[in-house]
Amino acid sequence: MADFFQAIDQFPVTLKHWLMTQLGGVLPEWAEPLVSAALSITPILAVFPLMFALTTVIERKGLGRIQNRIGPNRVGIPLTNIRLAGFGQFIADGIKSLIKEDVVPRAADKVVHFLAPIALLIPVLLTYSVLPFGRNMVPLDLPQTGLLFFFAVGASTELSVFMAGWSSRNKYSLLGAMRAIAQMVSYEIPLILSALTVVMMAGTLSLSGIVERQMWHVAMPGIPGDQDGLLARWFLFTPWGLVGFFLFLTAAAAEANRTPFDLPEAESEIIAGYFTEYSGFKFAIFFLAEYLGLFAMCGLGITLFLGGWLPPVNFAPFTWIPSWCWFLGKLSALIVLFIWLRGTLPRLRTDQLMGFAWKFLLPMTLINLVVAALWHLLANSIPLVARWPLCFAMLAVPYWLLGRGFEAKFTKREYRFAN
Amino acid sequence: MTLPFAIIAGLTVGSAIAAMSLRNLVHCALSLVLTFAGLAGLYLQLNAEFVGFTQILVYVGAVAILIVFAILLTRSTEPKDEPATVTPWIGIAVAVGAFLTMALAVLASPVGKRVAAPAPEVSVKTLGQKLMTDYVLPLEVMALLLTAAMLGAVIIAMKDKEGQR
Repeated sequence: MADFFQAIDQFPVTLKHWLMTQLGGVLPEWAEPLVSAALSITPILAVFPLMFALTTVIERKGLGRIQNRIGPNRVGIPLTNIRLAGFGQFIADGIKSLIKEDVVPRAADKVVHFLAPIALLIPVLLTYSVLPFGRNMVPLDLPQTGLLFFFAVGASTELSVFMAGWSSRNKYSLLGAMRAIAQMVSYEIPLILSALTVVMMAGTLSLSGIVERQMWHVAMPGIPGDQDGLLARWFLFTPWGLVGFFLFLTAAAAEANRTPFDLPEAESEIIAGYFTEYSGFKFAIFFLAEYLGLFAMCGLGITLFLGGWLPPVNFAPFTWIPSWCWFLGKLSALIVLFIWLRGTLPRLRTDQLMGFAWKFLLPMTLINLVVAALWHLLANSIPLVARWPLCFAMLAVPYWLLGRGFEAKFTKREYRFAN
Repeated sequence: MTLPFAIIAGLTVGSAIAAMSLRNLVHCALSLVLTFAGLAGLYLQLNAEFVGFTQILVYVGAVAILIVFAILLTRSTEPKDEPATVTPWIGIAVAVGAFLTMALAVLASPVGKRVAAPAPEVSVKTLGQKLMTDYVLPLEVMALLLTAAMLGAVIIAMKDKEGQR
């Protein structure tokens, strides 16, 4: 029984292995690493863009429900009455953006304008190469520098945003690009610092190593979780992990330009921000890159705090589910959370955005770093029952103190004419 | 010389030349970014993963943005129509001379004939421990310098407000 579930769990790995042995005799030697890489890349290129396509429909339907509308429910199979509850919408959208005219402004810098969407999509796709999607399923395992690779490649998207905004020769594009860069640079610091807490506690930069540290049998001083294996040892279950996860999620939302941090593309202010002057398929690429960036951020958050591909509890029906299903399930849950946030929260103002990053997120991540160190050092002297509330209080009090400054200061509204 | 090295080196040198010779400042900045990325590729070729990715994070992610912001905030990016006033030939001659001197010196030195030392197993952990123990003073001095620079920037930015009062 266990063998059967393990076979399903490892199916993608064994499939690739089998294909490589089959091709082994046919291929010349220099082509083998290339083919192996291509076989690793193909599932990423198949799964995540498809997930993006489905997310666009689910997001529109979800937002519709939140706003008391129906959302897309028409597009199904052409020439029949089958409607698929509107889930054919993304195919129609894709075809539409493919056959639309590609308008390039006459004043635009043609080369940079053309390169910008490509320079945005490629780094975003590269970030997927270090994420562990399942047990033994990481396309490029960098044992020394996995997380650094993710952030290094992710940081280069800022320049692509600038290229798009600047080359369009449009003031709204440039404003959007400036907003985007200012926001991404500011929120990158809390993002990296909150991830750094995990690196400090796990003692490794390898993402698969970080997942392994959250397993049951790996002895980690002071992570709650049963040694015999009922509850998992996700970092989320520690006070610093809990706080760190929410700090990470907030900063990730800002990095991915999601509401409430979507100032770079605030439709009511600057049309569509840095991709105002893009149409047709180039626009679709921006859209795709944005969502893929969000998914990658969610995937990193899952890997760092939510135990990656590990199930939450260590007994039978849960361990039967394949590891990649756990990863994709957690990813879907986070995507739904982001759709929910988008439907619920209003957009911030620019000064609020910057103030939030520098006066709230940054101090909180620094305090979190110190508390994590303390948690580690107190592991042997204070029992878990006392340590958990103590460390949590050390985070909750600064949260309350820092948060006080952001409360809206309401005064009695004065009406000049209506009184 | 391997093929990847040739590609990366060609890219780096080509983009560096473009960064010097293009007329539009933003184009120059973007070419310079390509040079930075090429350098990172060279570090990766030398198995220096940490340095390579840090190069991308710092130079492509941060320094390039700084350069671009500086260009946009200080002057118009539109290239002027007037022709370049300085002839490049003297500069080229000096550069070639300097390169030849250096290349000859390197070729004459016994560096190339030495047997390469076995690559030490340098992990990120070792780097961090070295930074926190042997090289903690330079690190702290750098931190102080950056803090001073940041304070200076804040003071420059604050000046306008005082003038208004």
